[in-house]
Amino acid sequence: MKMKIFSYPYMLWLAIFIVVPLILVLLYAVTVTEGGSITFTIENLRRFLDPNYIDVLWISIKLALETTVITLILGYPIGMIIAKEKPSRRNTMILLFVIPMWMNFLLRTYAWLTLLGKNGIINYFITLLGFEPMNLLYNDGAVLLGMVYNFLPFMVLPIYSVLAKIDYSLIEAAEDLGANKYQIFTKVTLPLSVPGIITGITMVFMPAVSTFVISRLLGGGQYMLIGNLIEQQFLWVGDWHFGSAISIIMMIFILIAMAITSKFDTQKEGSSGLW
Amino acid sequence: MKKNHIIDLKSITKEYDGQTVLDNISFYVRKNEFVTLLGPSGCGKTTTLRIIGGFEQPTEGKVIFEGEDITNLPPYKRQINTVFQKYALFPHMNVYDNIAFGLNIKKLPKDEIKKRVKEMLKLVNLAGFEDRSIQSLSGGQQQRVAIARALVNEPKVLLLDEPLGALDLKLRKEMQTELKNMQKRVGITFIYVTHDQEEALTMSDTIVVMDKGVIQQIGTPVDIYNEPKNAFVAKFIGESNIIDGIMREDFVVEFAGKVFDCIDKGFDKNEEIEVVVRPEDIIITEPEKGQLQGRITSVTFKGVHYEMLCNDGQFVWKIHSTIMKPVGAEVGLCVAPENIHVMKKAMKR
Ligand SMILES: Nc1ncnc2c1ncn2[C@@H]1O[C@H](COP(=O)(O)OP(=O)(O)O)[C@@H](O)[C@H]1O
Ligand SMILES: [Mg+2]
Repeated sequence: MKMKIFSYPYMLWLAIFIVVPLILVLLYAVTVTEGGSITFTIENLRRFLDPNYIDVLWISIKLALETTVITLILGYPIGMIIAKEKPSRRNTMILLFVIPMWMNFLLRTYAWLTLLGKNGIINYFITLLGFEPMNLLYNDGAVLLGMVYNFLPFMVLPIYSVLAKIDYSLIEAAEDLGANKYQIFTKVTLPLSVPGIITGITMVFMPAVSTFVISRLLGGGQYMLIGNLIEQQFLWVGDWHFGSAISIIMMIFILIAMAITSKFDTQKEGSSGLW
Repeated sequence: MKKNHIIDLKSITKEYDGQTVLDNISFYVRKNEFVTLLGPSGCGKTTTLRIIGGFEQPTEGKVIFEGEDITNLPPYKRQINTVFQKYALFPHMNVYDNIAFGLNIKKLPKDEIKKRVKEMLKLVNLAGFEDRSIQSLSGGQQQRVAIARALVNEPKVLLLDEPLGALDLKLRKEMQTELKNMQKRVGITFIYVTHDQEEALTMSDTIVVMDKGVIQQIGTPVDIYNEPKNAFVAKFIGESNIIDGIMREDFVVEFAGKVFDCIDKGFDKNEEIEVVVRPEDIIITEPEKGQLQGRITSVTFKGVHYEMLCNDGQFVWKIHSTIMKPVGAEVGLCVAPENIHVMKKAMKR
């Protein structure tokens, strides 16, 4: 109980920077300003039901899901390989994954522009081989590539850290009881790494749904995700009410997704998740 | 090879980064035998066990199982199960699934698995614990689950690495008896690792005493206690008085400036030897009736007996007796010939 007093500054911080903005967003979402007077309405939310907007939401969720699945498929084996290394080499390998994250997110994405562009390095080699330069940028693939590239470390790190913590004698015990490599993986390693997978999915899916930078840079100006839609409402259209409504809707979808994922986390220390 | 040998270790040597951890280890284990590897921490017991289990490869030498060379066989193909030092129970499974693990791998029919797991739980006194999580069990209960998980597979050999090390004294004593009874009942060969000499003496049929990666002595508990082969074994197994002496001829030994009858023979005439006398084998008499005379210099009560130190002018004898003599008392000391153990002198390093 004594410790409580030390949490007050933190609580205050939470209130100012998280709770208050959230309430403001919620307020904006359910109000309109007409000639200086504010009225409550659900019009903003209703506007979103327009098929065009629903389409954007669907594409965003689909892209985020694809990104999550691909980073998981790539990230799990990577995490496993690193966790199997000697401790001295592990740190180097982890560093290799973390260093790009220290670089600005925009810079990293711009790097792909120079790689994939009309006059980029890949096209240079393609023309060198005698083929026509290809249109690598401004399509779904380029956006997906950028997303996977940017979010992969967020999948690898939690999976790696859970795998590295698995007591090796458990693997030996399984082997002792007759399990081959494949059975050890499905019956021991995989179930024990579920918390890492859940964290990885959370850490990739949430930012992936709301991203707008990657899609704008690699997908071109016309590529519209829900993140771009919100950005557009706030910065260009100036309709903060509709922008807030979209934000709220997106938040609801993220919460639903997290609730579903956490259902798979059957570990006893389950409180590590969001619920 | 002998018919009833289930495991033969042949000249096992193990090196880690050029450092010899096991040096030319050879011993055999008979069917249904309870063999204990005994030695101080770091002497290579766990390494020996892991080589038998298949978790380590020897640098040199062979592991023979029922006459077949299994040195290169992976653990999951060996008919051997292990109770690990820290139990290594699967934290994501309940008690039932832990015990059923090996049987599930073998794809036995579900009702057969159920039957055998139930029997095992009864054997280790955990009936009704099927749905409990591992985290909710006490150390002793986890220990039993680990034993059940190994035994349910009906291995030909069970390896146990200091399985009682984490338990408190009382529970450890109980489990020692229980384990020994279990071993007799199921008729499985046990290879047991401990650094506790008392545990080894009470449980084993055969004890392999190890030090610094070398086998010091192999024998029954009685042999090892009564006839330690060298000073290390004598010191490690129980308390003892070790004194330099000279073997005058067969059955006659001189130490502490006196000549004694003994039951040892086969030494060179006047060979320098070491003599072991257990503290409880020294009898305190009237000064004039003793083979040696001395003065009591310290007395400590040890619960059942007194431990007294007696200085005879050259050597301080440790004596265990239920009869107490006060400090300063002049006493005589007697040792029966069969309680004088003559050992070859250890190589001076
Ligand atoms: N994987 C390993 N790498 C290097 N040295 C090891 C390894 N395993 C054991 N050793 C060394 O081998 C010696 C014997 O160890 P161990 O068999 O565990 O002894 P015990 O079980 O008798 O205490 C120790 O000196 C230990 O440091
Ligand atoms: Mg050990």
